[in-house]
Amino acid sequence: MTVVHIRDGVVAYGGRPVLHGVEARVEAGETVAVLGANGSGKSTLVRAALGLVPLQRGEISLFGTPLRRFRDWGRVGYVPQRLGAGSGVPATVREVVSAGRLARRRLGRPGRAADRDAVTAALESVGLAARAGDQVDTLSGGQQQRVLIARALAGGPDLLVLDEPTAGVDAGSQTAFAEVLHIFGAAGGTILLVAHELGPLAPLVDRAIVVHDGRIVHDGDLPEPVGHHAAFHHEHLHPHAPEETKSLW
Amino acid sequence: MNLFAYDFMVRALIGVVLTGLIAPAIGIYLVQRRLSLIGDGLGHVALTGVGAGLLFGRSPVIAAVVAAAIGAVVVELVRERGRTSGDVALAILFYGGISGGVMLVSLSAGSSNRNLMSYLFGSPLTTSTEDLYVIGVLAAAVLAVALFLRPWLFAVCHDEEYARVSGLPVRSLNILMAVTTAVTVTAAMRTVGLLLVSALMVIPVATAQRMSRGFAATMGWAMALGVLTGVTGLWTAWQADSAPGATIVLVAIAAFVLVTAGMVVKGRLAGRERPAPAAETEPIECAIDRAAQRDTVSG
Repeated sequence: MTVVHIRDGVVAYGGRPVLHGVEARVEAGETVAVLGANGSGKSTLVRAALGLVPLQRGEISLFGTPLRRFRDWGRVGYVPQRLGAGSGVPATVREVVSAGRLARRRLGRPGRAADRDAVTAALESVGLAARAGDQVDTLSGGQQQRVLIARALAGGPDLLVLDEPTAGVDAGSQTAFAEVLHIFGAAGGTILLVAHELGPLAPLVDRAIVVHDGRIVHDGDLPEPVGHHAAFHHEHLHPHAPEETKSLW
Repeated sequence: MNLFAYDFMVRALIGVVLTGLIAPAIGIYLVQRRLSLIGDGLGHVALTGVGAGLLFGRSPVIAAVVAAAIGAVVVELVRERGRTSGDVALAILFYGGISGGVMLVSLSAGSSNRNLMSYLFGSPLTTSTEDLYVIGVLAAAVLAVALFLRPWLFAVCHDEEYARVSGLPVRSLNILMAVTTAVTVTAAMRTVGLLLVSALMVIPVATAQRMSRGFAATMGWAMALGVLTGVTGLWTAWQADSAPGATIVLVAIAAFVLVTAGMVVKGRLAGRERPAPAAETEPIECAIDRAAQRDTVSG
């Protein structure tokens, strides 16, 4: 079954095209990485698939249903790049994760025991059960990222969509993250993730879609890094270094 | 002197307690969205409703609810578009609202500046029984929205994109929130007045968030503080024979200053008793060898 299907997807921001008629599919149970340089359109591709960015042309379907008729949002777990900028009003870790249950709750109905249990289980799966009552702003970046994945997992999704989940996250949290995704994938879950670099997530990926200048230039096995990007210790820590190769990520 | 010896005082007290409950209950969502001043703007717009009500001999409160609700929906639509010109659009709406109000009030026969002042700055002591019924119904509606829909409104205010991907009716919730804000502004008009209503929506929340770690806790404290400062302010105004609306707001600000100072002192004391726990930081991702760098540059 095709979980995500984008046909001839065109997206433009203020008249400037960002995606030029892309074609992409994600099948059930697959882990697909969308790779590309900054500004390549890889995030836009995934955001369009979720309906967060309007399509100028083309069609998107989720779980076989056209996006505009899709209502079964409980099956989709979205993990944004980071928690929105602090709002001033504090929120606990548990309160943020509980928002992940709303796709499965009727508007205005009080939460049931099943909702509370799902939130607790999601917090346990990312190792943050002990921090449930803490203010989310006091957590480290890596821990906040784990809060966001717990929020997505709390809804019991079939598809996880992650937008650069490990950008700026410490190595320990990245490994914990990979472990959570591995368990989710092993249980039959479908994963679509956007990444600048995969790090510890690389072994999980079944297929890679490489976006360059708003076009898909590769769709298949994870390409081998080339040049200095292939070096064991390569970490992209040199923002001011000149471009050395034509490598795409 | 017994505060409850006079009926008008009892009515004033009920009005103030209801305002103290509802203003922070909806205000917390505005603070979370960084729209703290929107209540003030809607107060301006509500004044046009008051003016129209007085001019056409209808209930000023009902007319104010309608005007503020329309204003709130316009504000929400402007916000949703996220245009930079939204700032100017809001300014025009707000100043148009207050000018329209002042002009319509001046046109209506039998009304005076005193009448206008009572809507701008509140006059809880003149609250009638009918006023109380209206405020009571409006307050019940506001509380129902703010309390029963808390998880949904929280989700929309906290992370609107995520709420969209959760399939929540984001736009309807936003408009509901905007209209509820308008209703709150109008309900609070009799007690603190249209120019000060924003203060009761924001200040108790600002005070409460210093004392709590979570959203629900902040909301509970803010509502308790709203009622407490309202009652204390009314009593102070009675004792000092000062303007009640303004006194209530000043008491709320005093509470904010006291709590902030208290938390600072508490933090200092806690810091002295035991060493501060090591801040949880990210492991170092890359270490730049400054000395080596200098050598390279100079060499």
